[in-house]
Amino acid sequence: MAEQVLAADGTPLKASLNRALRRQKMRALVLIAPLLLFIMLTFIIPIGQMLFRSVENSIVADTIPRTVVALDNWDASGDAEPDEIVFQALFYDLFVASEAKLHTRLGSRLNYESSGISSLFRKSGRGLDDIADVYKDAFVDQNDVWADGAFWFEMMNTADGAPSADGVFAQQRDLLGNLTSSSVRKNIGFLPNQEIARALPLTTQTYTEWALYVANFDDDVVADEKPWESVYAALFDDLHAPGAAERLANYTGTGADELNSALAIVDTIPDQPYHAAFADLDDGWLSPDVWRTIQAYAPRFTSGYFLNAIDLQNTDDGVEWRPENEQIYLTLFVRTMIMSMTITISCILLGYPVAWMLANLPARKANMLMILVLLPFWTSLLVRTSAWKVLLQNQGVINDLLVWAGFVADDNRLALINNATGTVIAMTHILLPFMILPLYSVMQTIPISYLRAAKSLGATNWTAFWRVYFPQSVPGIGAGSILVFILSIGYYITPEIVGGTKGVFISNRIAYHISSSLNWGLAAALGAILLAIVLALYWAYDRIVGIDNVKLGG
Amino acid sequence: MSLPIYATTGQKIWYYSFRVIVGLILFFLIAPIIIIIPLSFNAENFFTFTPKMLALDPEGYSLKHYRDFFSNPDWIRPLQNSLIIAPFATIISVSLGTLAAIGLSQSHVPFRRGIMAILISPMIVPLIISATGMFFFYSQMGLWMEETFGISKSLSGYIKVILAHAALGIPFVIITVTATLVGFDQSLTRAAANMGATPTVTFFRVQMPLILPGVISGGLFAFITSFDEVVVVLFVGAAAQKTLPWQMFTGLREQISPTILAVATVLVGISILLLATVEMLRRRSERLRGMSPS
Repeated sequence: MAEQVLAADGTPLKASLNRALRRQKMRALVLIAPLLLFIMLTFIIPIGQMLFRSVENSIVADTIPRTVVALDNWDASGDAEPDEIVFQALFYDLFVASEAKLHTRLGSRLNYESSGISSLFRKSGRGLDDIADVYKDAFVDQNDVWADGAFWFEMMNTADGAPSADGVFAQQRDLLGNLTSSSVRKNIGFLPNQEIARALPLTTQTYTEWALYVANFDDDVVADEKPWESVYAALFDDLHAPGAAERLANYTGTGADELNSALAIVDTIPDQPYHAAFADLDDGWLSPDVWRTIQAYAPRFTSGYFLNAIDLQNTDDGVEWRPENEQIYLTLFVRTMIMSMTITISCILLGYPVAWMLANLPARKANMLMILVLLPFWTSLLVRTSAWKVLLQNQGVINDLLVWAGFVADDNRLALINNATGTVIAMTHILLPFMILPLYSVMQTIPISYLRAAKSLGATNWTAFWRVYFPQSVPGIGAGSILVFILSIGYYITPEIVGGTKGVFISNRIAYHISSSLNWGLAAALGAILLAIVLALYWAYDRIVGIDNVKLGG
Repeated sequence: MSLPIYATTGQKIWYYSFRVIVGLILFFLIAPIIIIIPLSFNAENFFTFTPKMLALDPEGYSLKHYRDFFSNPDWIRPLQNSLIIAPFATIISVSLGTLAAIGLSQSHVPFRRGIMAILISPMIVPLIISATGMFFFYSQMGLWMEETFGISKSLSGYIKVILAHAALGIPFVIITVTATLVGFDQSLTRAAANMGATPTVTFFRVQMPLILPGVISGGLFAFITSFDEVVVVLFVGAAAQKTLPWQMFTGLREQISPTILAVATVLVGISILLLATVEMLRRRSERLRGMSPS
């Protein structure tokens, strides 16, 4: 048995070395950790969140939660509109959503899938008060006390020591939190009592929802405020529901007398079914197509944005192409690819001779010329873009020069800007250094004597270049091309300024959806596809060149 | 690569025409940047040379666009914002980035490739995608900061833009500093430790002076990234954080004013300064590490 080698302190050398190695690894990780954490927080999580947003679709389930649940039992293949219970749920959902001014948001979301829904939601949001006003007026006419916020509060609130309906409270808080995407955690000084929750279940829910809303978002004191009209509608629905009399008979708390006298007049109030009320607001609500759209987009996740991003759509018969006149994204992706390719090829054609010259001149002269390449590289992108905007204009320097030289007539100036030509010219100029620098670093390693050897063996100049020099420079072309291509497919600023409508890229569309059309899900889906393309290209780049070999400024 | 005396006429023609071609390409590279310099002194509000300018008449030139740049609040405010945001972003990227680069250059780093990929990802991901992701996340973060710390909307706006720009600048710091550390002789730190220096003293008195050129050029890259960045600030910032490139972008997209050429000229001057500094630092670093300047 071999004798164990010991370190100076008597521990086995192997263990001691292992410990040192572990400590070294720990030290390295401790140095890296702060930055890793920083990048995770400021960059990776935002990107991940964007990817999540491209499939996320909680807006329907968050804005009209009760409707979505009620709609579960509806048969989408039939021609009938949903049951009254769905419309009732829709009334309470939309009421709070329109108080929070969020119903139009859902309208615009569903409008992406089926046009016309936006105006349906907008119109209906304004009419909801009228539906409920009938009930409010009837109750208040019968007894003034129903218009008194303090009375309502006393009736609904949990007195000291009495059991409270915590379940109802928590449920309403979650619903409201989902709807407004904020935490509704403020102490509002109100808890519904259990007894009233048994007697008037719907009223308690609606009142609690209202109380949470006014206390959290309007900073009001619940006891001082008059409840929304929807609370009166809920009171009517509760008193009108079968078995209301038995439930009320068991109730002995505050307001029992008032409730009993209200129960007496309920039958005198004209009962208007909710579906008829909604049909009055807009008969679009009776169309099964609208409900099919709502049901189709009720799940919390959707492939709809991705389908849209490649001009497909979900229909009753499965996934289909969008109508011809709505297909824009594939064209845009193809255009982005073709223009990036054109830019890459122009960069190769212009960059190759320059890199060759730089690599084969004496160091002093090459450094001088290198400055001409590095200065544009270091110059602000906006400066270069503004230069091209100025130069390429109809009345700009280039057109002036061409007219002066007699190449084009004064009344027939070239359209060099606000089209694909402008984008290609300006972006070739901007990205050219990214081609020249990798080409140069590869060419520097090719000994010029190989060319001379080829020639001395009888090759012509062309053969010597094409069979001997060029193959050795291909890695440089590969590196430069991938770099230029990747940079150009994600470009936004330059196409936006010199591209007009015909010379824009997919990135401009993403920006449009973020800032103008507000279809963020679609923007995220388009971004996710672009990101996938770029990462695939980078993987190729890593294979060919190696990420570690990325160099800046020579 | 000079022309041999026995070259044929054809070879001579090719030799000179090749030089002309290369000259034209270099002209294409540099001319758009150079040409805006005289144009920025135009006395008229035109974007082309007026007959007076071509005749070199002094009356055709003026400094009025520069005066506008330095007196118009539409330009002063963005300039100030840029000068506030870029230095802070640079400090964050350089301090965190240098530490991490030193960590990465140790001989045994677990998951090295994966960590490297994450750290340089802000450079790989197209700006428009970074901006989209940040747009969603940072707006929530801003609200959270305002609620939790009770800071003003404007301050949280600056913090958001600074953090976003710091993230974008980090890959450049990592790349330049790791490149400098490749040539760093690790036995120097061991020698210092051997002589009784604490790790902190070793870092500041031995390691730092040697890698300083790399750190500074990384910092310059980070600075220029922030100073020149427009897509992310457009999505993350509010009007109160409007930076110089943002103002230029708005100017170019909406009503283009000749002042933009004066701004551009000033920025070209800054890039020349930066280029000269980086080049000087690169040579100094190579000399310090005992390499011959290429």
